[in-house]
Amino acid sequence: MKTTGEWLEKEIGPRISDQLDIGGIDRRSFIKFAASMTVAMGLPVGMSGRVMAAIEEESARPAVIWLHFQECTGCTESLLRSTHPTLETLILDMVSLDYSETLLAGAGHQAEAALHESMERNDGRFILVVEGSVPTADNGNFCKVAGQTPQQMLHKIAPHAVAAIAIGSCASWGGVQSAAPNPTGAVGLAKALEIEGITKTDGSALPVINLPGCPASPYNFLSTVLYYLTLKQLPALDAKGRPQFAYGRLIHENCERRPHYDAGRFAQEYGDEGHRKGYCLYKLGCKGPETFANCPAIEFGDVGGNTWPVGIGHPCFGCSEQGVGFHKALHEQADVTSVTPPSMFPGIFAEHGGGISAGSAALAGAVAGGATVYALGAYDKLRRAEKAEATEASQQD
Amino acid sequence: MSTNRITVDPVTRIEGHLRIDCDIKDGKVVDAWSSGQMWRGIETILRGRDPRDAWLYTQRICGVCTTVHAIVSLRAVENALDLEIPLNAQLIRNLIMASHGIHDHIVHFYHLSALDWVDVPSALKADPKATEKLAQSISNWPNNNAQHFANVQERVKKFINSGQLGIFSHGYWGHKAMILPPEANLMATAHYLEALDYQRRSNQITAVLGAKTPHVQNLAVGGVANAINPDNQSALNMERLAYVKTLMDELGGFVREVYLPDVTAIAALYADWLPYGQGVTNYLSAPDFPRDGKGTEFGMPGGYIPNADLSQFHEITHFGDPYFEKNVKESIKHSWYQGDWTRTPYEEETEPEYTDFNENGAYSWVKAPTFLDQPAQVGPLANVLAGVAAGHEPTKRYLKMAMDRIGAITGSEVPLSVLHSTLGRHAARCVRTQVLYDMMQENYDALIANIASGDYTSFNKPVFPKGEQMGFGFHEAPRGILSHWIVIEDGKIKNYQAVVPSTWNAGPRNQDDARGPYEASLIDNPVLEEDRPLEVLRTVHSFDPCLACAVHLHDNERQTVVRVNTA
Repeated sequence: MKTTGEWLEKEIGPRISDQLDIGGIDRRSFIKFAASMTVAMGLPVGMSGRVMAAIEEESARPAVIWLHFQECTGCTESLLRSTHPTLETLILDMVSLDYSETLLAGAGHQAEAALHESMERNDGRFILVVEGSVPTADNGNFCKVAGQTPQQMLHKIAPHAVAAIAIGSCASWGGVQSAAPNPTGAVGLAKALEIEGITKTDGSALPVINLPGCPASPYNFLSTVLYYLTLKQLPALDAKGRPQFAYGRLIHENCERRPHYDAGRFAQEYGDEGHRKGYCLYKLGCKGPETFANCPAIEFGDVGGNTWPVGIGHPCFGCSEQGVGFHKALHEQADVTSVTPPSMFPGIFAEHGGGISAGSAALAGAVAGGATVYALGAYDKLRRAEKAEATEASQQD
Repeated sequence: MSTNRITVDPVTRIEGHLRIDCDIKDGKVVDAWSSGQMWRGIETILRGRDPRDAWLYTQRICGVCTTVHAIVSLRAVENALDLEIPLNAQLIRNLIMASHGIHDHIVHFYHLSALDWVDVPSALKADPKATEKLAQSISNWPNNNAQHFANVQERVKKFINSGQLGIFSHGYWGHKAMILPPEANLMATAHYLEALDYQRRSNQITAVLGAKTPHVQNLAVGGVANAINPDNQSALNMERLAYVKTLMDELGGFVREVYLPDVTAIAALYADWLPYGQGVTNYLSAPDFPRDGKGTEFGMPGGYIPNADLSQFHEITHFGDPYFEKNVKESIKHSWYQGDWTRTPYEEETEPEYTDFNENGAYSWVKAPTFLDQPAQVGPLANVLAGVAAGHEPTKRYLKMAMDRIGAITGSEVPLSVLHSTLGRHAARCVRTQVLYDMMQENYDALIANIASGDYTSFNKPVFPKGEQMGFGFHEAPRGILSHWIVIEDGKIKNYQAVVPSTWNAGPRNQDDARGPYEASLIDNPVLEEDRPLEVLRTVHSFDPCLACAVHLHDNERQTVVRVNTA
């Protein structure tokens, strides 16, 4: 695989000199201008072609082709909420959003024409954004755009991109529709490229940046784009292809309720005294201890005041984390790998009468006997019993 | 003249993947098919899961209609358990419904459908002074001044001169059906940009209460997860509530002084279009904005109107009303699922079986719902008509305001019957937004009063008994009546079905081969340029579809697809 520096050498965006007649400068004047700039910089006249390319690269907005597969458009919607920068600044001043089913003025054949024209104009230079998962069951027939499955579209489009951004959990790892039994065989973009054997036209791997979240925070997307446009490189990624600036820490490590966790102060139920005092939500099933995301750091909606799920009193359910979000039950307790809380704290919110079998109900009855039972490990047994049942059930499926 | 087939796939400026096929003869649509192009199997995934988790999954059905599939899922589970929720929880849910609905309607008009009526490049020819005169003749909005319009014009000019038109490339600019004067186009373009700002404020209200948006995370079966405590910094306190109020006040100006004047002005300037797009005139809507924890009294009425006859209005009166429960069915005769049945949602199974587009057989992932065995149109128009039929004062007041404004521009009184149309759906959505704004104020005041009375409760714990329970919930979502249906067995989900507004409207032909609302509304729609079927988009967009699509041309005679290159 090539390093980021190598592929970034390619110019991005359409050539501005092709369009100068629109802006009132003809191509000849532009070549003269580039030549005089070359001389002014003390470079050999033969370098003027390079200078011209550099000027063009600076001026044009890089093209973005945004594809929607199995998705809910929530990630596009999240960009409508951003304030720094705004969506209008993004698409009017920063990038050229050449194809987007949600926002494109033209439909049908006009939409197809916009896509093909941009691909031709920006071959090897456009940024591909994918929102939604790829259905691998039944040849991808579960999702079609203009008669094409996501696989067919990726074969046609992806090799010509400079890099790809998988926005949201669906494009990153399959998202909600990949939850068991995953009826459509939904997978993320990187996995789909691997299955289909899709590379760039020169045979190198297409870099994929994963921005999971349901939806992805608009700032994780915008910061990735700005990082690329301003620092001229891709952000540092973790082993799962996620930018470290956004996914480098567990929610648990950055949560304003962490002191309550450390002190053993937990909400046991919505609306109880602990809940109204802002205590830790671990016992309600908060997945902060096993979810990597920057929600507590940047929050949502730019309205301050702890505006993120845990901040208002709802446990994190791990929407960005594969194997947690849409996988574990909301009130199931998280696996804590960093710190283990004392075992004497009372039980979680998970159990309710109906869902428990006779065996585990007997254990639940014992649990009701008091906290001493927990200290003896019965609580852990109950959890193991429930897990074993779940495993059994899934094997039967 | 021969009949030509147009296929629009993908339909853009909607949510999701939608394909529309039309047969065109003598410049008019003579037949139409609507096809949903994506299936994700969320109902299948829910089986066996904890009913308390369902809303987290169902909310992901749609990120545009976020919140709605969450709220209705809670209502379905609570109905199955016969669980009442605290008043605070109901009011917080109502506030989120109002703020989300207002955002959604604004975005639909300006960002998803205005480009069907507004020619953006034509705005460059406008005189900013004349634009100011036009805008000030219909509204007192402070930004309606020549300087602001000149700035917008400059921004658009710079953008177009960059040669990179982005989302505005291949729009229907200069199309014969685009008839607004340059000044109206400039005004609308300026408001397209301003609307982005104001829809954000509406979203900020949703965020303060819902923790995030899209996909709020403050809900729970039995109430809400918001902790209410005026004496704590980590709870819903006076600072948070004051923020909601401030955002509400800012939003009000745009809703009253920009959105309403714009929609009515565009409808009046396009008065020739008032006869088009009627389609199915059985209207179904849900009552919503419950004023108690049980759902027996509502801020907005809903019910069923057969054949556009308001005197036949049958009101739906409470959560769990059997009149609704007994009369909803879905058919899969023309959908890509195994079998051929018409059933109540409780008894449905959705086993996919894809067979490609077959107009006489199966051609869509969408099912065909019926009410009293008939197709029904749902959405803001159905909601507004129910309001009129029920004598709902705010609806009647804002509707009259809108009709008077249209009449003032066209110079003649406009009869209510024009509402059964493409433009009528836009007007009704705008009227509904005005009512939603009233609802937001009412529920905010009620929440403050209830907290002031010392009631901080926000959650009643659900208890799941052994055995089987069935329930359904309904919600008047921005795109119309939404219902979720659940069967619970021993505390786990046994069956789950969602009957979605866009299913009602975008559904294929039903068990009797009767056309769905999109299909029926396209009949007799004019199409001036077959290779640029702008008018088809106008009518389809007026429903605010929640799917996504593209356009090819078929030649029926030869049964081959003819691609018309318009690039």
